[in-house]
Amino acid sequence: MRDLCNDTGVLIEATGLRLVRGTKHLLDIPHLRLGGPGPTVILGPNGAGKSLLLRCLHGLIRADAGQVRQDGIPLDGRQRMRQAMVFQRPVLLRRSVAANLDFVLRRQGLPRAVRRERIAELLETGGLSGRERQWARSLSGGEAQRLAILRALATEPDVLFLDEPTSALDPGATQAIEALVKQASAKGVRIVMVTHDIGQARRLARDVVVMIGGRIAEHGDALHVFDNATHGTVRRFLAGDLIF
Amino acid sequence: MQEFAQEFRDAFALILAGDAELLAIVLLSLRVSLFAVFFAAVIGMPLGAALAVGRFPGRGALVVLVNALMGLPPVVVGLLVYLMLSRSGPLGVLQLLYTPTAMIIAQVVLVTPIIAALSRQVIEMLDAEYAEQMRSLGLSRFATVPVLLWDGRIALLTALLAGFGRAIAEVGAVIIVGGNINHVTRVMTTTIALETSKGNLALALALGAVLIAIAVTVNALVSLLGQRAEVREAMRNA
Amino acid sequence: MFVTWIRAGALALAMAGAAQAAEDFIVVQSTTSTQNSGLLDHILPAFEAESGIEVRVVAVGTGQAIKNATNGDGDVLLVHAKAAEEKFVAEGWGVQRFDVMYNDFVLVGPVADPAGIKGGADVVAALSAIASAQAPFASRGDDSGTHKAELRHWQSAGVDVAAASGGWYRETGSGMGATLNLAAGMGAYALTDRATWIAFANKGDLEVMVEGDDRLFNQYGVILVNPEKHPGVKAEAGQKFIDWLIGPDGQAAIASYTLDGQQLFFPNAR
Repeated sequence: MRDLCNDTGVLIEATGLRLVRGTKHLLDIPHLRLGGPGPTVILGPNGAGKSLLLRCLHGLIRADAGQVRQDGIPLDGRQRMRQAMVFQRPVLLRRSVAANLDFVLRRQGLPRAVRRERIAELLETGGLSGRERQWARSLSGGEAQRLAILRALATEPDVLFLDEPTSALDPGATQAIEALVKQASAKGVRIVMVTHDIGQARRLARDVVVMIGGRIAEHGDALHVFDNATHGTVRRFLAGDLIF
Repeated sequence: MQEFAQEFRDAFALILAGDAELLAIVLLSLRVSLFAVFFAAVIGMPLGAALAVGRFPGRGALVVLVNALMGLPPVVVGLLVYLMLSRSGPLGVLQLLYTPTAMIIAQVVLVTPIIAALSRQVIEMLDAEYAEQMRSLGLSRFATVPVLLWDGRIALLTALLAGFGRAIAEVGAVIIVGGNINHVTRVMTTTIALETSKGNLALALALGAVLIAIAVTVNALVSLLGQRAEVREAMRNA
Repeated sequence: MFVTWIRAGALALAMAGAAQAAEDFIVVQSTTSTQNSGLLDHILPAFEAESGIEVRVVAVGTGQAIKNATNGDGDVLLVHAKAAEEKFVAEGWGVQRFDVMYNDFVLVGPVADPAGIKGGADVVAALSAIASAQAPFASRGDDSGTHKAELRHWQSAGVDVAAASGGWYRETGSGMGATLNLAAGMGAYALTDRATWIAFANKGDLEVMVEGDDRLFNQYGVILVNPEKHPGVKAEAGQKFIDWLIGPDGQAAIASYTLDGQQLFFPNAR
């Protein structure tokens, strides 16, 4: 199943997506098509609606209008199970490191021995080997976010959404997270990541979505967008101006 | 006052000497209140969880009601339970009046709102943090509840302690439904009330000191249990 | 599923509350004076040993004791308010009333004696003096036997205590002990049964002011709750207790109870 999807790639499409609060259009996206291998990075100033878009694509928020499709199928519980998400502030269970991973593995109905093996593998991937019994909430910020990503990967998702996963981290911790994301991407997990860090976008993105004021201002191949943005505000934003 | 201090010391010494009758009273107090807290938890925690994560009409009113019931006057509860359990009452055939069971029932009525209200608070706060993540992992609201209960266990233990404190220190309800019968339904608080009415103030006060010591011990034991997790939590915050 | 849980809960509750005491027991609704004075603790072991019946005493005010017995929450009533007891029997709640014993009421008050009644033997005159001096008086105010007796004497004295309530006339709404604690604390007069008074340990500067008046006579009666009204009443065991109490053994036990060398109750069953 998984391999089949990888051969064709996952296709996420949003059409006519609109989210209105009062008179304010938080999201107004006539059409967005995320194909190709990714990673996709969604960029934009604060309040541009990046996180809202991510939540709509993951089915955490229902838009007032419009539809999200995954491989042509409207997003339902089954399609959502193919996705995972990592939040800006990692939400770790008040349990041990291993128990945080075991929580999702157990839901897959894996036998105990297999789960233990998977936990060891995952922790090695994230550079947390031997930390099984540590209390998850005593991890450092970077370690906690790595564990959150590992837990998301433990669900074996086809799509992984990340919402500004490094915004509170120092460069060293950020690098470790980016390495983990790249590794997952290389293994075929479709990455869709929100950031307001332009440098991070340059390091990771294959394609870039730039949002301004709830709309999509630019969407295209990363190198193309960075060098040839046509939208005036996007050019200023990419040049490092403060946009708000 | 000098004389009273001496009397208090004598009474306290007598108690510390391990009087068998007093020991039985202390054990009955503990038995009644611990069982009451157990049953109140079985009812109150799911209720609190339902109020915390459920979205149904009348939820707001129910939350206000449960919070208000935390302040139920014990005497009123005692009277209500008495009217239910009295031979002339609807549950009279069970013949539970003037038994420890009746006292447990009264304390369950008193303690359940406390545990329910505090649990709701704990779970609601935890839910605010967990809700999106759990939904992302594909858990329904209903399936989230056990996760919230388990992860909120330290704070929920505190809610149980608050309930236990209320139960063990309560006199108004148990004296009505228990009858303060010697060797059957006489507990710490009703003994204190009785000794006070006999004018044995020093003995009553010494018994009060024992009651406080028990409450402190139970709290200390629970905080020891919770300490490891608390320390980890503190390390994270540091 | 749900039913199973309820069943399990009921079973657990039953186990939790299980009393390890004897199965054969009766509940006696009585007054604080019989318990606080220590009388029942003194006489009951003999009956329990002889009959194998455990006597569980609920000690409340006479008014509440009669109310509880009316509800069927007791097998035997042992109180001290003859008029109310006879009404209880007349209405069919009780089988028959028997005299058991008597003691007397005493009027106690602070040594300072602001109403100047010490040494008198006329309770009505003493109460009149208290009223006119507006000296503080602590009343049970709880419809107990003692309270009923006190109100009778105020009526004889022609004093409207309801009007003075909250002023010099303080109604505690509590038991005899609590009322005496209050009287000792605020230097008030109070009417108490002698047994509770002698056994009371927190007298402070209270002393007996008036005693020996025939009108201070305090008669106790015992009544079996009517099993025809309340089928749950343990009539046989209850009657056994009553027979013992008004028989030679019970009467002798009552007479033998003394505190500080004083006899507290005087058996007078016929």
